[in-house]
Amino acid sequence: MSFVLVQVIVGGLLLGAVYALFSSGLTLVWGMMNIVNFAHGDFVMLGMYVAYVVYTLMGGGPILGAPLATLVLATVGVVVYFALIRDIMKGPMLAQILGTFGLALLLRYSVFWWFGANFLSMPPNIVGGTYAFAGLRIEASRLLAGVVALLVTLGLHLLLTRTSLGSKMLAVAEDQTAAQLMGIRPDTMQAIAWAIAAGATGLAGALIANFFYIVPTVGETLGIVAFVTVSLGGFGSVPGALVAGLLIGVIESLSGYLIGAIYKDIVVYVLFLLFLWFRPQGLMGKT
Amino acid sequence: MNLKHVTGLLCAAAMSLALASGAQAQDKVVKIGAILPMSGGTASIGAHAKAALEVAMDIINNAHPELGNLPLAKNAGLAGLGGAKIEIVFADNQGNPATGQNQALRLITEDKVAAVFGSYQSGVTLTSSAIAEKYGIPFLNSESVAANLTERGFKWFFRTTPIATDFAKAYVDFLADIKAQGAKTDAIALVHDNTEYGTSVANTISAAFKEKGQAIAVDVAYPVNATDLQGQVLQLKDKKPDVIIMISYTSDAILFAKTMQSLDYKPAVLLADDAGYSDPSFIKAVGKISQGVFNRSSWSVGPAGSPSAIIADMYKKKSGEEMDDTVGRQMQGFFVLADAIDRAGSTDPAKIQAALKATDLKAEQLMMGYKGVKFDDKGQNVLASGLIIQLQDGENYTAVWPKANAEKPPVLPYKGW
Repeated sequence: MSFVLVQVIVGGLLLGAVYALFSSGLTLVWGMMNIVNFAHGDFVMLGMYVAYVVYTLMGGGPILGAPLATLVLATVGVVVYFALIRDIMKGPMLAQILGTFGLALLLRYSVFWWFGANFLSMPPNIVGGTYAFAGLRIEASRLLAGVVALLVTLGLHLLLTRTSLGSKMLAVAEDQTAAQLMGIRPDTMQAIAWAIAAGATGLAGALIANFFYIVPTVGETLGIVAFVTVSLGGFGSVPGALVAGLLIGVIESLSGYLIGAIYKDIVVYVLFLLFLWFRPQGLMGKT
Repeated sequence: MNLKHVTGLLCAAAMSLALASGAQAQDKVVKIGAILPMSGGTASIGAHAKAALEVAMDIINNAHPELGNLPLAKNAGLAGLGGAKIEIVFADNQGNPATGQNQALRLITEDKVAAVFGSYQSGVTLTSSAIAEKYGIPFLNSESVAANLTERGFKWFFRTTPIATDFAKAYVDFLADIKAQGAKTDAIALVHDNTEYGTSVANTISAAFKEKGQAIAVDVAYPVNATDLQGQVLQLKDKKPDVIIMISYTSDAILFAKTMQSLDYKPAVLLADDAGYSDPSFIKAVGKISQGVFNRSSWSVGPAGSPSAIIADMYKKKSGEEMDDTVGRQMQGFFVLADAIDRAGSTDPAKIQAALKATDLKAEQLMMGYKGVKFDDKGQNVLASGLIIQLQDGENYTAVWPKANAEKPPVLPYKGW
């Protein structure tokens, strides 16, 4: 196997980890509340802008930007839950779709109005340049995003399966009325779920900002990948999103390099549809 | 008659009054529709274009004697229409051909514009100009370079910008020149997106090189607004072309620059076909890691106090950005359209069309470096031309070719970061 092919696969894995990172928040609210958050990509975008503002105002890199983006987005998540989601959850499916879609446009064009339409970028090498060994090149900023993706996935998985908070959240997801009878407040649990999901998304945005361009419409570009990752991984399955993200990343990179970039989406989506044909619940989703 | 009916009647009366007074005011206003990407992946282009057109509108509607030979600058408004003011109706094409088409329809049938201006992306210009053609409304395009736009036998379509075939020839000559100076330019790679702009310009360039007996060695096509370009950069790294010609919008241009740096890949010559590489936000975002990239342009700011320098200043005050080739071509196109309406002395579409056909502007009447503006039967400006510029310091482009217009000699090889 040539070095280039190794580089392609490593690049694909790192890309896939990033896909997984910004998909985990989506899978959480999708799986827990049956809400498809069309504003998800724009949450990523907000996280990127928080990181950018932290950099321009305070000169801080990801050490300051990433936690701050997490906090800001977690707050946004709670506000969005109480102001919008709690009410539209009771409405018909169409109201949910249009509600979050409207939110997406609101966020996108607010940022537009405030920051303008220009492309922004963090300075190159804000996270320690590029590691090179044996002809292989790994960007520190992508590696950081990949490692955080693994940690976030692990953290969320442990939270949901090993803690009482997680059990309560799952109980609400399973049956709201029954959970309420057991003394669990669905409102609180779902608000927490939104805080965690949006926080993780903000973190993802802050880390992606280190190697991607920042623009109000970036959520459009990234959002669609998140939806595919989540459906492939299985709705609500956090480890599923990780495996799916890695898989999509590697398939995209390999097909982009071997067959040609304009065909890579065809390869990815054909495999995706074939897979869902045989296993509609996704890789790790429940039947 | 209950209250509801009375209010309804009152409303109707008020509306007809408003309409009537609107019609009176209309005598002094010429409406022009401008279809631009105000949202979507190229929204930064739309925002810059809007600022540029507003500056152009200011120059036309108010007296600017300091701008010398520029038509319409001296006096306020359009003299040919008794000093009528120009009003631009902006429409967002979202970078989407279908949306552009709908907006053209809206501008023509609802806003009743006298002419349509737009639409940046070749793919959007293709669809929106077809609507103007159908309704018999003049359409002026100032910046879309896909060659086929003027090959459709349209009667109402006029284009002021130099087009892909002009640039392709310039690229061939430029590369031949630097080859004569010792640069290696044998293997050429074309990197382009899959839009109308990307594919048609790539085809035109490869045809121009083929004509000179040089086949394109590598062709890398990628989907527009890509999330990742590592595979494409690795492909190039693998095939080692001497020259890469980039045909990309801003988002992908930035991602290419970043990816090339992270994978440590530099070709000897990197030549960009305008678009993303002329967007000031490209230079701000990744100019420092794209030092030495060549680009095409028809814009040169000129000496202080010259009309072009004054216009660049006005634009900077309006938008906060440096003037670039794209907005320059847009302003120039708009001036040509306004000049034609002025000469037509009417908002009648057929008269404007006739005036556009009769356009004969000389180089000294222009803000851009064209040899003039004169349309052929297809509506293409036959006097459009351009030059090659280079981002030598990572901050500002400098004219480097042809020698007659060069401020500095070209620097090789591509430096990057």
